Amino acid sequence: MSGTMPQTMYDKIWEHHVVEEREGGVALLYIDRHLVHEVTSPQAFDGLRAAGRKIHRPDSIIAVPDHNVPTKNRHLPNPDPMSTAQLTALEANVKEFGLEYIAIDDVRQGIVHVIGPEQGFTQPGVTLVCGDSHTSTHGAFGALAFGIGTSEVEHVMATQTLVLKKSQNMRVTVNGTLPVGCTAKDVALAIIGKIGTGGGTGYVIEYAGSVIEGLSMEGRMTLCNMSIEAGARAGLVAPDEKTFEYLRGKPKSPKAGQWDAAVSFWKTLGSDEGASFDTEVVLNGDDIVPQVTWGTSPEDVAPVTGFVPEASDIQDDHKSASLEAALKYMGLEQGQAITDIPVDRVFVGSCTNSRIEDIRAVAEIAKGRKIADRIIEAIVVPGSGLVKEQAEAEGLDKILIDAGFEWREPGCSMCLAMNPDKAGAGEHVASTSNRNFVGRQGPGARTHLVSPAMAAAAAIAGHFVDVRDF
Amino acid sequence: MEKFTQVTSIATPYMRANVDTDIIIPAKHLKSIKRTGFGEHAFETVRFDAVGNRVGDNVFDSDRYKGAKILVTGDNFGCGSSREHAPWAIAELGFRCIIAPSFADIFAGNCVKNGILTVALPQAEVDAIAMAAEGGQDITVNLEDQTVEVGNSKYEFDYNAAHKHMLLNGLDSIGQTLQASAAISAFEEKQKHMTPWLYRA
Repeated sequence: MSGTMPQTMYDKIWEHHVVEEREGGVALLYIDRHLVHEVTSPQAFDGLRAAGRKIHRPDSIIAVPDHNVPTKNRHLPNPDPMSTAQLTALEANVKEFGLEYIAIDDVRQGIVHVIGPEQGFTQPGVTLVCGDSHTSTHGAFGALAFGIGTSEVEHVMATQTLVLKKSQNMRVTVNGTLPVGCTAKDVALAIIGKIGTGGGTGYVIEYAGSVIEGLSMEGRMTLCNMSIEAGARAGLVAPDEKTFEYLRGKPKSPKAGQWDAAVSFWKTLGSDEGASFDTEVVLNGDDIVPQVTWGTSPEDVAPVTGFVPEASDIQDDHKSASLEAALKYMGLEQGQAITDIPVDRVFVGSCTNSRIEDIRAVAEIAKGRKIADRIIEAIVVPGSGLVKEQAEAEGLDKILIDAGFEWREPGCSMCLAMNPDKAGAGEHVASTSNRNFVGRQGPGARTHLVSPAMAAAAAIAGHFVDVRDF
Repeated sequence: MEKFTQVTSIATPYMRANVDTDIIIPAKHLKSIKRTGFGEHAFETVRFDAVGNRVGDNVFDSDRYKGAKILVTGDNFGCGSSREHAPWAIAELGFRCIIAPSFADIFAGNCVKNGILTVALPQAEVDAIAMAAEGGQDITVNLEDQTVEVGNSKYEFDYNAAHKHMLLNGLDSIGQTLQASAAISAFEEKQKHMTPWLYRA
């Protein structure tokens, strides 16, 4: 039991969910919430059927299609028969197993990691899983949320638990104040630039400090979303008044009779004074500059005022070989100024940056301006039908369309090339998504990760540019 | 699940750091609703050029490493997505064991579910094993003893005890967990009192 030892938030949520302790720091952990989408679930449902197993708690699941859905011309048949098969399989499975399902034509449809919070399904102190690594997003609410593979999806469906080894505790503190023009995305990229894509492996990261406290819930979701890009399975932010305000009145939030008890409980979840972390990382928010990735890993990142690195700057042989391969793929030179990188295509969207605050940031830059002639396509893809509705109520869609952006239907879109939204070989993409891996946005596509405001500024200028100059 | 006790084979060296799940299996191939058929697309951007021609000197199709059951690779292997399609694809290439300085958490967990052993060793030891792999030497990985043997060298590795038990015995993890059904029910009764808002009426 907890005794008097100060605990971290992760320690507390873990302890609240231990069903059985096993040897070697391993436990059978109870899972409260499960989000399901079409890509990583069909084989899990097949496994249940083959073994004649039931879903332990259908009430713990919401299913929604997001990865494969087209973001335009939805009235037409899906152009890809394999995508159709996957979407049809999800519909059939939710019916057979009696699960809550948000269909493609429902106004609530969207990216799993956008709709969970919107519906109040994501709550402080819960354990939440999904067959998707960006499940870390939900940690913004103080939920222990992490991605799992398909065998584990099946395991949670059948048993409501997972056999897990406890991670170590890391705290990333961002002090000071974020300069105007810098966002949660820049904080996330700056952290990954500092600790590397393997820096968080084996850890759960708790984000703390004045910059984190100052972030909106949308910003905290962006930050926690990118935890996995630092190798951490989950990110956490202590719930506070902003968290409670966000959740108040959401469809699946605790109802009036239980609300006060829930808030009282949520207030106990933050790390105790004096709790011990295995690793501490500290950044000064005042020093953060808008970030742009230049390579094929999220750690390949530089301030917009900076340059692509030179091989002579790198000591490690394995890393300098990776630098050469990355620059060859990206079509960039060592020492090239970030602002000299041209932009051919712009993508605003994904579970990282597709919420109302993100759309507002793009519209603010786009207002009264036009995208550059060289831009082949600039698309803005809201994270859910509800985000779309809100943006349209604010007239943001008109501002974007007037500036030359396309306004789309919700889905994962160009974050990963498994739906009709793709970038061509050799094209430089200013993208608000989370991964700049080789081929991620289409074979040969060159992804540069940036904030929504930086993506909008790049669309206007036709190359990367410091949004603070706008 | 197939048991893993010991594997002796030549090894394929692919010494790149941060090999991500999009390299292991690109997203466009995740549309199948089956667990099989991913091997032909594994490491596609390494094995094929932009127009689909096989890259001549790639280690995955080289006769030199044909039949290898062990993959030796770089730091932070399997980073990125949670897709289990990555270990499914690797298994279809014939690999039962991956040796690297470190692995991404979710990827390593997914490997266990598919009978693939991930062995983490210090970079210098991985580099030495990669050299032996390039020379076509046989490598023996023993899970019971937690050792890798190459020529006269023997390296010990750490491995999670629960995962070791699963792999050595080829256990069905859901069947194992269902033996704890009473404990799961008891937990739920307790939780319904503590945090009743987590249960739908």
